[in-house]
Amino acid sequence: MSIAKHHALAPHITHHWKKITVSDLDFAPATGLENGKLLIHRDELISRLQSDPNIRNVKVDIVHPGESVRIVPVKDVIEPRLSLIPGYQVFPGVLSGWDPDTNRIPSGEIVSVCGMVVTTVGSIVGFQEGVIDMSGPGAKYSLFSQKHHLVLDITVQEGIGRHDHEKTARMAGFKAADYIARHALNKPLAGNAHETLINPVYPGSPGRQGSAEPKGLPRIAYLYMLQTQGLLHDTYYCGIDAKKMLPRFMVPSEVLFGAIVSGNCVSACDKNTTYHHQNNPIVLELLRRDKTDWNFVGCVLTNENVTLGEKQQSSTLAAGLIASLIPDGVIISKEGFGNPDADLMMNCSKIEAHGIKTVLLTDEFAGQAGASQSLVDGHPDANAIVSTGNANEVIVLPPLKKIVGDDRVITKMAGGSSKCRLPDGSIAVELQVLIGSTNQLGFERTSARFI
Amino acid sequence: MSGTSRNKQYRIVHYLNQFFGGVGGEEQANCEPRTIQGSKGPGRLFEKFFREQNVPVEIVATVICGDSYFAENQEKGLGEILPEIQGYSPDLVIAGPAFNAGRYGMACGAICSSLNPLGIPAITAMYKENPGVDQYRKTALIVECADIVTGMEDAVQKMVRLGKKVLQGEKIEFPKAEGCFEQGLRKNYFHAEPAYQRAIALLLQKIGSDSFETEYPIPFFDRVDPQAAIGDLKGLTIALVTSGGIVPTGNPDHIESSNASKYGRYSLEGLEKLETKTHQSAHGGYDNTYANHDPNRVLPIDMMRELEKELGFKQHEWYYATVGNGTSVDSAQKFAKEIAVELIRDGVQAVILTST
Repeated sequence: MSIAKHHALAPHITHHWKKITVSDLDFAPATGLENGKLLIHRDELISRLQSDPNIRNVKVDIVHPGESVRIVPVKDVIEPRLSLIPGYQVFPGVLSGWDPDTNRIPSGEIVSVCGMVVTTVGSIVGFQEGVIDMSGPGAKYSLFSQKHHLVLDITVQEGIGRHDHEKTARMAGFKAADYIARHALNKPLAGNAHETLINPVYPGSPGRQGSAEPKGLPRIAYLYMLQTQGLLHDTYYCGIDAKKMLPRFMVPSEVLFGAIVSGNCVSACDKNTTYHHQNNPIVLELLRRDKTDWNFVGCVLTNENVTLGEKQQSSTLAAGLIASLIPDGVIISKEGFGNPDADLMMNCSKIEAHGIKTVLLTDEFAGQAGASQSLVDGHPDANAIVSTGNANEVIVLPPLKKIVGDDRVITKMAGGSSKCRLPDGSIAVELQVLIGSTNQLGFERTSARFI
Repeated sequence: MSGTSRNKQYRIVHYLNQFFGGVGGEEQANCEPRTIQGSKGPGRLFEKFFREQNVPVEIVATVICGDSYFAENQEKGLGEILPEIQGYSPDLVIAGPAFNAGRYGMACGAICSSLNPLGIPAITAMYKENPGVDQYRKTALIVECADIVTGMEDAVQKMVRLGKKVLQGEKIEFPKAEGCFEQGLRKNYFHAEPAYQRAIALLLQKIGSDSFETEYPIPFFDRVDPQAAIGDLKGLTIALVTSGGIVPTGNPDHIESSNASKYGRYSLEGLEKLETKTHQSAHGGYDNTYANHDPNRVLPIDMMRELEKELGFKQHEWYYATVGNGTSVDSAQKFAKEIAVELIRDGVQAVILTST
């Protein structure tokens, strides 16, 4: 490809992103795209997934926006994509042996399916899997209600432990997304949206001197916190378990390729599914308006570990990496709540101590009445916070005609309670059961304020 | 009569103290509640401004009470004033404005807060330092006004704007936007812009100037210094309290896996250690595989029994458990206060808190 060849010599890693919009989704005798309609060969997909000996059974369903359907308990949501970079596949290190420490992501092209996602459900692994309502009041809180879903309801073999159960469901989702992308996107597809994203160059990278930056614009960096408390609270970067990783720079548009994937059973409202990582709106906005409204100087990945010592280490190293980019300001996004509030405050205060301004994205757990303080930790430097809503606020979700998955678990899920089922069939649950509803990468419009 | 009265006018009852009601000054502060027909004092101004807003209103009655009388006999005063007001079937009750008059503000706040649950909308106005603001901001719509009477016209204008919305049946979802004091509760709403855009805009503002507004002001955090170590445990009674969610199997009190609304108190009598069969974790914030496999990992009874013999203390025979996952700080403080009272009552001298 001429684009790849050109950029192999340039300092900036550049990605060309083509988006194929899917207007409908259906089963058919062959998997592929036809006139904007994505067709799935159900049996072929099932047999591919069942080649995993841990899987006993996979049920595949199709769900459309606006239908009277509740999907529960949702584990992950994934957007099918195809990398056109030779030797570099989507979900690097997960579906391939890619090692980010021996290889730098090359420049090149990626194609994605828009409007359709792969969604994994099945018997509950943790308490913190989520609900997607395709219509009704619950549909206002999550972008997933606007997507066509290919739902994989996965049953594992008897006797499989919880950790293998989680991994089996996680891998099935990636394999299904990869299968769809390879069959639907493997031919020239015209007439769709595309854009080019040019990444910042890190200090010490080859060709750094040659990279010019417009003067007079604010320098902005991004600190990307990943939930890594372990044991069903894990996130992977290029297949590396992020709790075992030290804070590091990341080529921002690596996210497009699924370099970060979710293995999380943390509270549904503020866990970042794989879809959220693939489409991280902070990364995309910072890249899109780079050199016009600001200079985007880089993205640092860090983790949210369990022990105090690990928190101190990661926050010190992350703040140091951020400071080396000499930014004027940093956006910090969090995943999960409670324990990670401490990581957030350490990151904030240590970066502010370098004289760098911070803005934090967080949701709130202010109690059902909104009367409690919202975070479990604080710092005077955390004076610029964007709230993605009070996850404890109760909403009533009326009964929907069809359940995809199993809704008996709702009373046990984080945000449910033994009394959440109302006589008319509605459920009165905390917002935290709706997947992505208080997403801290900032996808949604929900916020909280004092009344 | 209900809804709009004859001539399709909205019916308003106005509450005033003895001073604004024209009874007299401080020497009349003990006067008992009385009602006069029609408007009085500031009431005329309200009628004028409502007319200017093209809202047909009539102040059908003005209830007047002495500040000291109400302050010293609040329950009795409310018992007299509320039925009197209800008798006029008002569409709206206006109290004050009370400016910085403390007793007057407390009366206006108490009356408005009591009327709202009766289905009678009521509004008042006060200066920010009036003690009625802190007392009643969560339960009444209180318009912010000046501290002294020279702010009357402005206060009435603002109250009329709010009153018009209330009369026309508009739900006041965000009192601050109507010039009222915040009620101090966090409430969700849909912002016009997604959060990532707001975050970037806020950062640009913070870089550019010192004037920027956070969406959540970080509150003062209550940090507790650990007590000095107890040297000798001999003869002490020690209790175990956990937020790690260890409960008897089946979770008899249905403690929620997140945002617990309760805690449980469970017996340890005769238990040398916890078993998988008898205890489990109800916590939804960590992977409880290992806690379920051996509940002593979170609630270490096995070690306590060993140490009990070795160090000569006494293990308290009850333990307390809740789930510390997404549980609001308010709830946690409430649980802690109640548990502490019981522990002290039961002669416990030290507590080991385990969490996850």
